[in-house]
Amino acid sequence: MKKIFEAPKSLKDNLFHYCPGCGHSIIHRLVAEVIDELGIQERTIGVPPAGCAVLAYNYFDVDTGEAPHGRALAVATGLKRVLKDHVVFTYQGDGDIAAIGTAESIHAANRGEKVTAIFVNNGTYGMTGGQMAPTTLPGMGSTTTPGGRDVVRDGSPLDLTQMLATAKGSVFLERVSVATPKEIRKAKKAIKKAFQVQLDGLGFALVEVLSPCPTNWKMAPVAAYEWTDKEMTKIFPVGVIKDITGYDKD
Amino acid sequence: MAKGKITIDREKCKGCELCVSVCPKQCIAISSGLNDKGYYPAEFSQGEEGDCCTACTLCALTCPDIAIEVYRG
Amino acid sequence: MAKQLMRGSHVLGEAAVRAGCRYYFGYPITPQNEVPEYMSGRLLQVGGTFVQAESELASINMVIGAAMAGARVMTSSSSPGVSLMQEGISYLAGLELPAVIANVVRGGPGLGNIAPAQSDYFQATRGGGHGDYRTIVLAPASCQELCDLTVKAFDLADKYRNPVMIMGDGMMGQMMEPVEFPEAIDLAELPAKDWTLTGAKERPSRVILSLLLNPKVLEDHNFKLVRKYDAVTREETDWEEYMLEDARQVVVAYGTAARIAKGAIKRVREMGLKVGLLRPKTLWPFPDKPLKDLTRVVRQLLVFEMSAGQMVEDVRLAVEGQAQVHLYGRPGGVIPTPDEVAHQISHYYYQAGLMDKDQQSGRLGGAA
Repeated sequence: MKKIFEAPKSLKDNLFHYCPGCGHSIIHRLVAEVIDELGIQERTIGVPPAGCAVLAYNYFDVDTGEAPHGRALAVATGLKRVLKDHVVFTYQGDGDIAAIGTAESIHAANRGEKVTAIFVNNGTYGMTGGQMAPTTLPGMGSTTTPGGRDVVRDGSPLDLTQMLATAKGSVFLERVSVATPKEIRKAKKAIKKAFQVQLDGLGFALVEVLSPCPTNWKMAPVAAYEWTDKEMTKIFPVGVIKDITGYDKD
Repeated sequence: MAKGKITIDREKCKGCELCVSVCPKQCIAISSGLNDKGYYPAEFSQGEEGDCCTACTLCALTCPDIAIEVYRG
Repeated sequence: MAKQLMRGSHVLGEAAVRAGCRYYFGYPITPQNEVPEYMSGRLLQVGGTFVQAESELASINMVIGAAMAGARVMTSSSSPGVSLMQEGISYLAGLELPAVIANVVRGGPGLGNIAPAQSDYFQATRGGGHGDYRTIVLAPASCQELCDLTVKAFDLADKYRNPVMIMGDGMMGQMMEPVEFPEAIDLAELPAKDWTLTGAKERPSRVILSLLLNPKVLEDHNFKLVRKYDAVTREETDWEEYMLEDARQVVVAYGTAARIAKGAIKRVREMGLKVGLLRPKTLWPFPDKPLKDLTRVVRQLLVFEMSAGQMVEDVRLAVEGQAQVHLYGRPGGVIPTPDEVAHQISHYYYQAGLMDKDQQSGRLGGAA
């Protein structure tokens, strides 16, 4: 029999510290597979977030530079402006990219920085214990919203990716999910396209990935994946938000 | 003769059961023994007919810990 | 090489470019807007990159990225903007990255004003970011020195893999003086950096991080930084001694305040008062030892700062109680005249009874 599925080369062979059922390591695997398939491991530089994925450098076998919380896209700007022929990607959670890092995200997109942003949206601040995130759904529980998120008291969920669409420098923005194997396949395609945008020097590309956090959602993994598929998509529907790449014109 | 088979790395598996839930042929179940990390890992069986697996890779696609390798023959 | 008449903000930019700086990320703030304006044009000429960032917060983080990639990179700002950069400076120190940050200090706290001040001494030398780290702080007192210390800043940053701050002030940024610039550095001749993120080609991948969750590991890292800072203190502490040989009272001042103090000292010297100046050129590392040595013969120090009194604390620490330390502090962007400073000098001089017998008949400078 022939092996048809194994771990990608661009991932180190370390056990993942993520919780059972966490979506992060699925997304890590997809990014690493894309890096392998595009043959760019030797010229890729990653910028992890503050959050559960702060330890992403234990997994991605590429040069990695730590950024302060929220600042990954500014650090990526500095890196890419110096290393114009390299591939720079950020990997950020919802707080990193859409709360504390909102200004850096909007302006990196606005300047059309030729970097690729992977935005992991799990509607919570996982590492710090489940506080409200900008993308926490109304009614969704969190440790800082007694009784669940109340839009009057706590504001509504923020759709950063939609906001980035108005910036002329953003070229490709898609929301995907890892909720089912079918969605995972689509997520990989989107991630590969977002890296291709950088290779072609077209501008800013971002893929938002809906991902479950079983631990802080207080659900078993299978239930959390279903919830991502059925409930999160009501506020954050998957699909292309902006695509001016011209790739699928034939 | 099965079209495919998988191997599950017991020590990588965290017993999240995602693979169990996505396998269309129910070839995967949670084992009754603990691994070193204290999880009940998933384990694979070709079933009574010995031809459960079709190498669809749905399990490997969804496994967060890349504990599954898939073979097709 | 011929001297050029140039204003301080432009001198800063030109010196940086000569020193090999090809990347500048900054944000407008008075009184240093001329720095990003100059860099936006000059870097184009030398094939460098200028980005006007969306804030000082973004600027310092772009500096982090460029430094990780191995570039000579600079940012500049003024007091409130430098406050926004403190997180980034702490990260630069923890990540052991070279970078140059220029602070053209203005009156504070809060929005303050746009007049020159020296009220960011604490911020520069005591943090102002979190954690056990030090920023090397250089204090030029003329446009020529601004040029020389800017070039030195890039060398120190690379040598020690640490952020280096250039303390200017609003006056220095605007004043024009003749400056002789050095020859531009050949970037190819700079020592190679074996720690940068350049893509893991034919080598294992590298990580640049400051997160060390194991306390023992972080302690080791902190002690490594301490050893580095000890080396900086041994090798790089710098100061100027002006008329100290026969001084009975010494003024301690840096930057623009030192220029004013020199004018004041010239005036009181004409009246027969034996006063000198010790001018720190590195605010960190602070010239503790020369100050302490001075107290063998001088027991009267007057610290003159354009602030409510910040460096005075370091002077007091340095002399370890072996001298009287007075403060003439003028905060809020006020620029005292040499006459005002001379008045203060003579006041403390007479009060301490430092005159020769034949000078005791009259008092200089009017009422106390």
